[in-house]
Amino acid sequence: MDATITLTVDGRERTLTVDTRTTVLDALREHLDVTSPKKGCDHGQCGSCTVLLDGRRALPCLALAVAHDGADVTTADGLATDGELHPVARAFLDADAYQCGYCTPGQVCSAAAVLAEAGEGWPSAVTPDLDAERVTLDRSEIAERMSGNLCRCGAYANIVDAVASVAGTDGGAR
Amino acid sequence: MRPFTHLRPDTAGDAVATVAADPDAVFLAGGTNLVDHLKLGVATPGTLVDVTGLTSTAVEDLPDGGLRVGAGVRNSDLAGDPRVRRAYPALAAALLAGASGQLRNMATTGGNLLQRTRCAYFQDVTTPCNKRVPGQGCAARDGWTRYHAILGAAQDSAGLQHCVAAHPSDMAVPMLAFDAVVRLTGPDGDRAVPITEFYRLPGDDPSRDTVLRRGELITAVDLPPSPIAARSTYRKVRDRASYAFALVSVAAAVAVEDGTVTDARVAFGGVAHGPWRATRAEDVLRGAPATDDTYRAAADAELADAAPLDTDVGGNAFKVPLLRGTLTSTLRTLVEGAA
Amino acid sequence: MSTPEMLTPRAMGTPRRRVEGPAKVTGTARYAAEHPLDRPVHLHPVLATIPRGRVTAIDTSAAEAVDGVVAVLTTRDADALADTSDREFTVLQDDEIGFRGQYVGAVLADTPEAAREGADRVEVTYEQDDFRAVLDPDAGELYAPDAVNPAFATDSVIGDADAALGEAEVVVDATYTTATTHNNPLEPHSSIVVWEPDGGRFTIFDSTQGVSTTRSNVATVFGMDEADVDVISPHVGGGFGSKGNLHANVVLACLAARRVPGRPVKYPLTRQQMFSLVGYRTPTIQHVRLGATREGRLSALVHDVVEQTSRTKEFAEQTATYSRSVYAAPHRRTTHRLDMLDVPVPSWMRAPGECPGSFAAEVAMDELAVACDVDPVELRIRNEPDADPETGKPFSSRHLVECLRRGADRFGWSRRDPTPRARLVDGWWSGTGVAASAYPTNRSPGSGATIRYHRPAADGAEHWDVEIAAADIGTGARTVLGQIAADALGVDVDTVEVTVGDTAVPPATVAGGSSGTASWGSAVVDAAQRFRAKYGTDPSDGDEIEGATPENDWSEHYAMSAFGAQFAEVLVHADTGEVRVPRMLGVFAAGRILNPVTARSQFIGGMTMGLSMALHEDSVMDPRSGHVVNHDLANYHIASCADVGDMDAEWIDEEDPYVNPMGSKGIGEIGIVGAAAVVANAAYHATGVRVRSAPMLVDHFLD
Repeated sequence: MDATITLTVDGRERTLTVDTRTTVLDALREHLDVTSPKKGCDHGQCGSCTVLLDGRRALPCLALAVAHDGADVTTADGLATDGELHPVARAFLDADAYQCGYCTPGQVCSAAAVLAEAGEGWPSAVTPDLDAERVTLDRSEIAERMSGNLCRCGAYANIVDAVASVAGTDGGAR
Repeated sequence: MRPFTHLRPDTAGDAVATVAADPDAVFLAGGTNLVDHLKLGVATPGTLVDVTGLTSTAVEDLPDGGLRVGAGVRNSDLAGDPRVRRAYPALAAALLAGASGQLRNMATTGGNLLQRTRCAYFQDVTTPCNKRVPGQGCAARDGWTRYHAILGAAQDSAGLQHCVAAHPSDMAVPMLAFDAVVRLTGPDGDRAVPITEFYRLPGDDPSRDTVLRRGELITAVDLPPSPIAARSTYRKVRDRASYAFALVSVAAAVAVEDGTVTDARVAFGGVAHGPWRATRAEDVLRGAPATDDTYRAAADAELADAAPLDTDVGGNAFKVPLLRGTLTSTLRTLVEGAA
Repeated sequence: MSTPEMLTPRAMGTPRRRVEGPAKVTGTARYAAEHPLDRPVHLHPVLATIPRGRVTAIDTSAAEAVDGVVAVLTTRDADALADTSDREFTVLQDDEIGFRGQYVGAVLADTPEAAREGADRVEVTYEQDDFRAVLDPDAGELYAPDAVNPAFATDSVIGDADAALGEAEVVVDATYTTATTHNNPLEPHSSIVVWEPDGGRFTIFDSTQGVSTTRSNVATVFGMDEADVDVISPHVGGGFGSKGNLHANVVLACLAARRVPGRPVKYPLTRQQMFSLVGYRTPTIQHVRLGATREGRLSALVHDVVEQTSRTKEFAEQTATYSRSVYAAPHRRTTHRLDMLDVPVPSWMRAPGECPGSFAAEVAMDELAVACDVDPVELRIRNEPDADPETGKPFSSRHLVECLRRGADRFGWSRRDPTPRARLVDGWWSGTGVAASAYPTNRSPGSGATIRYHRPAADGAEHWDVEIAAADIGTGARTVLGQIAADALGVDVDTVEVTVGDTAVPPATVAGGSSGTASWGSAVVDAAQRFRAKYGTDPSDGDEIEGATPENDWSEHYAMSAFGAQFAEVLVHADTGEVRVPRMLGVFAAGRILNPVTARSQFIGGMTMGLSMALHEDSVMDPRSGHVVNHDLANYHIASCADVGDMDAEWIDEEDPYVNPMGSKGIGEIGIVGAAAVVANAAYHATGVRVRSAPMLVDHFLD
């Protein structure tokens, strides 16, 4: 059963016909040749496909395309503006916060969202005072908030460094 | 994956009517569990009725001082709501302990309550499962039960189908502790079910997780006013530091005066077919001195009927001391923090 | 022989970012399944649901009726393969089932959804035989393989270890176990295969640690000339050994491609499929006996290993070889015995042998330190050999003691109170531990490299192409080979462009055994030297030459290994048994570090995977069905970001002229060696509970 939908992907409006069973991830990768979001598990268990879906980080592998007609999708590729890397992406390069690179676009999208979420004052599972209006992204806060993005190469220590550098915290002692 | 039709009705009433009339139709909300099940073949609906936008996405103040959480409120928004963080910190903490930032942005309040067990056998259609296919048998009973129930499970006996599955929700655990009320709309009208009565034990039909009737849709969850909830916490123990389901979890709230527990709310996650209200533990706590001995006694009272599984593949007897230790630690921390 | 000459480091040794970095952080780097295709056919396999027996019937009619299904392959109609000597690769050739999850069919369709639905609708009937799927030394007949991976002696005996143990003042006698673990690179194994019937050619986009290996294996299995198999793999999303050998998935995709000539067949494995089809690390049962003086000087070292292999294909992990070269002891013995089971084929996983072997050996050393009341750093120093303990060869370089001392200094070891279960802070028992690391320094012959010089007439800016079919699986090979080439040619590194991952360029050995940089770099150096010898310092536009990895005659004279010392701080919750690792430090001696940026990542990456092994990883085999129950990333836990604390790695300056012209040693695997042990040792110091199995779970620390 097919349906025609429209997605705005990295600022570009795209109309496509998909099977109702097609996920947003497969719509991007198989229909639109947008392969920045990676498929690592296809079940919401690794975070490799993380994109910003209507501005928030989400997993397109668990989002049906037909249920997201009209959605706005930003991938790690789309975070770059006018050929300039997003500050998070630049920080990943500076900190060597990646190795094989497969989880990396998802990590970058997630990190960009972590900064926004912290800016909104959202607490995390390790925030000592849930009622506090502001959160400081120290190392443990960053690590907890980035834990939905698995990295098998083991770049976590550098990923925390990269996010801390953009957050403007030194991330605490190391 | 079976082909299906995707419908997007205009109203909740239309959605309810559609699902009530079609045994092959199911509701779709955030999709974080259902889409997973579609791929695995665990769910094989012919029609998905998309309820996104049909239920409230707001957290509203109730006249009695409580909160009404729309079924469409995303887990991340609920966790971030200042009223929840202040008045029901265990709920905010439980939400934040669940899944990942990405999934919390997708998952809804209604969907979270209705997520299904992560029993590895339930999720693998090549192994028998009474919950998936009633009467098929239970591969978990002698299998890998690290994430399975130790309380209230259905052991084989006259008329019962074996099921040792545990409910995976973190959010539901403090909601149970705080006597939340699940508001439903259905083909026969609206009703409100106390969450204490919302989840079923597997009993004679492990395929049903809750008392929801065909076509009923969760519209909201009411959190009653609860002064004790403001001093509550949620403690989750898992096999890695984040992004994992609970081995056991504890939602707890206590009031202490002059070293004596005057009131307590305790619920467990990861140990039963639904979130588990520890009323026996609460009874032990009320009126007792706020000491480790009391906390352990409370845990032991609740665990008296625990029936852990001992299997060749990996049993779950460890959950008994683990839950005892987790409850003790949680209550101690809560009381020390309040002092 | 005089000491060989090494390259003068200019670019080598300087920090340099990965050249493909911008493509990776934006996601524009294309991995195997991501190459744009015209009218692709999607493959979804049908997997055996029994562990042993045979297919008795297959009904494909319902699958063929699915809208969009193009073809269904089964054991009944797949093309015959030319070479069926390797049972892992004899895909769909007969009805025999050797393990649960084996391919019994595949559905090809115009969309992934239709392929998946079709696969669900293939009805397979089986006849099941008795089987065994769980390692059990008491149930099976253990046997000694002819050799252990890749070609080590199965057993080694020096002196009389039993007699020495009988006379020893202190004896440690304990059994250690490690769980089955799966490599689980984040990029699933993936292939796109096009079969061109005219002339009979395969073009394969594959996620592999060695395009040349894929090419030669496919050519063998299909009875083709290697020249008729093109393999392209510019970016690889991790492998950790599981993409080092060909696996059945590529054979299946090739068989499928022959069914739809001219159309590309696309087959990315699902995560669940990766638990039965692309290798894993065997579980191990390791009996270690140490005999020592009261001062902790080893007189005897015995390491007996039992592990599993598959009836489909033997793989014997060289688990005890770690104990052959690290500590001095006059009397020693190592053995390997296998239990052959009806299970998927085990294979390489990061530091096969050394990784699980070091867990047992290094925890045993910690137990000896406790038994002798000797500091565990000092104990290791006391047992430092002057030459390789088994071969008697001198080490080309060995700085384990320096690593231990430097690490101890950095970690604040001198302040450590050895008393276990003595530090309770905020409800957590705290402790620290140490373990050694070692990994052999390998260099494989068989790689070639082309160097080509360009000086475009337009602007005259010279640049150099370096081409070698190496693999960059996240190691930084592309970047580091450029640094090596620059120094070998004596040119600016920014003028060098490296091409890897394509059989169109000279062949390369697999990215395995931590041998990649040494093997490929040696070929690049050889090519550079030939280039200068032929063209001098003023070459012309387009001049090119090919070089190859020379044999290393020095390996006859020297034992070659990298060494390291790891330190960890561990917290164990007093009430819940939760384990945390807030601090981990590795100090390594691994020859010249060619790129400090990528090297540090390699070290901490290995340490992180070792931490993950220590705390999480456990593929649970269900003996009733022969399948890994927790076959996804929700249930098979690998370390998450929150599991890693302050983790750092450093190294000591070490130049080793005997290993290769760069003076470098392999660094991809040593980080995981000893990493699980150091966590277990620190957990003992924290709690007084000696855990002799990996992973350590809350269960181990509950009353």
